[in-house]
Amino acid sequence: MRLHITKTPKCYVGGSFIRSEGGRVVPLCDAKGTFFANIPLCTRKDLRNAVEAAAKAGPNWAGRSAYNRGQILYRLAEMLEARASEMTEAILIGGGSRAKANREVVASIDRIVHYAGWTDKFQVLLGSVNPVASAHFNFTVTEPMGIIGIIAPDEMPLLGLVSLVMPAITGGNSVVTLASNKQPYPAILLGEMLATSDLPGGVVNLLTGQRDELIPTFASHAHLRGVTAVADLVERQAIQVGAADSVKRLKLIAAEDPMDWYSENAQGLYEIRDHLEHKTTWHPIGA
Amino acid sequence: MPSPKRTARPVARELLFGNLWEYDAAPESSPAFIDASYGLFIGGKWVAPKTRKTFNSISPRNEEKLSEIALAGAADVDAAYQAAAKAFPAWSKLPGSERAKYLFRIARLLQDRAREFAVAETLDGGKPIKESRDFDLPMAAAHFFYHAGWADKLNYVTPGRALEPLGVVGQVIPWNFPLLMLAWKLAPALATGNTVVIKPAETTSITALKFASILQDAGLPPGVINIVTGAGDTGAAVVNHPLAAKIAFTGSTAVGKSIQRALAGTGKRLTLELGGKAANIVFEDAPIDQAVEGIINGIFFNQGHVCCAGSRLLVQESIANQVLSKLKIRMKSLRTGDPLDKNTDVGAINSRAQLDRIHELVASGVAEGAELYQPVCDLPQKGFYFPPTLFSKVSQSHRIARDEIFGPVLSILTFRTPEEAIEKANNTHYGLSAGVWTDKGSLILKMSNELKAGVVWANSYNKFDPSSPFGGYKESGFGREGGKQGLLDYATLKATF
Repeated sequence: MRLHITKTPKCYVGGSFIRSEGGRVVPLCDAKGTFFANIPLCTRKDLRNAVEAAAKAGPNWAGRSAYNRGQILYRLAEMLEARASEMTEAILIGGGSRAKANREVVASIDRIVHYAGWTDKFQVLLGSVNPVASAHFNFTVTEPMGIIGIIAPDEMPLLGLVSLVMPAITGGNSVVTLASNKQPYPAILLGEMLATSDLPGGVVNLLTGQRDELIPTFASHAHLRGVTAVADLVERQAIQVGAADSVKRLKLIAAEDPMDWYSENAQGLYEIRDHLEHKTTWHPIGA
Repeated sequence: MPSPKRTARPVARELLFGNLWEYDAAPESSPAFIDASYGLFIGGKWVAPKTRKTFNSISPRNEEKLSEIALAGAADVDAAYQAAAKAFPAWSKLPGSERAKYLFRIARLLQDRAREFAVAETLDGGKPIKESRDFDLPMAAAHFFYHAGWADKLNYVTPGRALEPLGVVGQVIPWNFPLLMLAWKLAPALATGNTVVIKPAETTSITALKFASILQDAGLPPGVINIVTGAGDTGAAVVNHPLAAKIAFTGSTAVGKSIQRALAGTGKRLTLELGGKAANIVFEDAPIDQAVEGIINGIFFNQGHVCCAGSRLLVQESIANQVLSKLKIRMKSLRTGDPLDKNTDVGAINSRAQLDRIHELVASGVAEGAELYQPVCDLPQKGFYFPPTLFSKVSQSHRIARDEIFGPVLSILTFRTPEEAIEKANNTHYGLSAGVWTDKGSLILKMSNELKAGVVWANSYNKFDPSSPFGGYKESGFGREGGKQGLLDYATLKATF
């Protein structure tokens, strides 16, 4: 009998697959308690490196045409669809039924397709030409905030993460994401799909690690312009206090409240808007 | 062969009037009807503060006492929140078309009494009467009129979702545009069905308190708007009250950060409109005379007490000398003095504390090696005044190029390429506004794209309108005021699926 080759889980940062610079891992066991793999325990330094990668990738991503961004996001859905059964297995490591895992994968693919179609439409609904009372042409457009920190929920390791990451990158942001603590492996696998999706390296950076170690840096890192997190009360408080020094934009979802990630209300225009700035330009009308 | 000598660009020509004539004083004579004392406006009634304390409001114009203002303590702020919470169910359930009528009424009543309010604003805050008369008051009324029309059209604001009011909103506003900031805060909050506790700045409470009489005349239900007066402690009580569903703050970045910290874990929403250090960028192909007017307006409007003031002038190197000499000439004809005089361009600095801060920052500019220019001004003996000031030879590391001065002080830096201008303009923690002057349309759009600022004025500066959203990037805060975009900051989105 042939011994099968196990995969070394690595985090997807700056378009490369990395181990943590700290050299620490945590063993991940499946629902039956059998060892599955060692997951990197990323450090604050890994987070800072990921922010740097996101900063490098950001302007290029934001500057691409909306049509191009849409096609790239759709390509991500193609990659996930093709490897749906593999992703289902990844979710099953955390237990639960196959049907439930499969439902999460399918919903995630559909969510990605949903956002792929938004890239060239949200601007029309959120921007405006404003009828000012003076002789000026005045218009408001949306712009990405920049780099967004995303802290994914522990439950729904794929759909929760995808639901938070997609609106941010649809709007042209780059993101640094902390995957589910309990079930990090689907995020590791998603990294491999991102790598083959035409999405430029550094637009989505996926870290695994401990929430309590990384949340203070997510909160205080001045180059993160926003943080979107599913967090408990203590974490939310820590994020808000740390974010004040750089006046960060926060979208905090209470982990203790029930959240229906499958709902259509968990996706859409206003999720994208939460990661945008509005810029208004004036110009005189005249000769 | 020697290369032909390059002729210098013509420097600005100057019309010299000398002391041919003096302006006669032209004081605005309409009465301001300021009461000798004001209580707190809570639940539709004037009430005495439970603190039994008051403070004096003086005029920065001549340091004379204008009125005695109630000092609200925590118990008073609590009473205001209770009144607002009591008023909320009925107000929020009122049909939008009825809420609209109250706001329309307020706009009209404010227009009726615009001159009276303008004089009060000038007396209390020190801004020139021509600005309070021609800008603050018309714009404040326009904000109510604009938002009135939204109240029954909220279903059109967020396609796919319905808007719902938040509850009681706590609002803390600054002293630079007292009544206008009040209008910016109240109008969208009321249009979306919230009730409000608002605190004006301690040096400029009078027009907010006078505004209470308009609310009474409009028949606004008691408790929908509650006005509490005081300084930082009162503001903290407003921010920290447990009944507040949201806090809206306009003021300094330092205080904004402390509010963001204070709200941690409370679940309250927050919008912040904070400081700025805007770059006003002039390219060599700009219409120079228009640009000079825009630069002057950008920094000396309202004595530079403007969060979006164009306090960092970035001039392309090739025209730097020309612009500098034209600016100096233009500054000589600015009239600084009694804000109640209809000819005054630059009025009184709002407070002694602010005057001290301006003096301190200007001294730092001189000490750090920048070159100071101030036209000769005959400043009044009493009151708080500071002459229009220009610094050349400023480098990016100077405090006058980094810190918000909030006074009539302009710093001039130069650049060679658009890329350098963008880098210098964005090299700040702030991101409220920017100006661009050039005749080239594609350059304007490139600059507007790249500048990290919430408002970009191209070939213009310091323009405002209720339909035009205003607010910052980065540490200039978050949220927008005005336009359809501003309404969402006073509402929650209801799922419709």
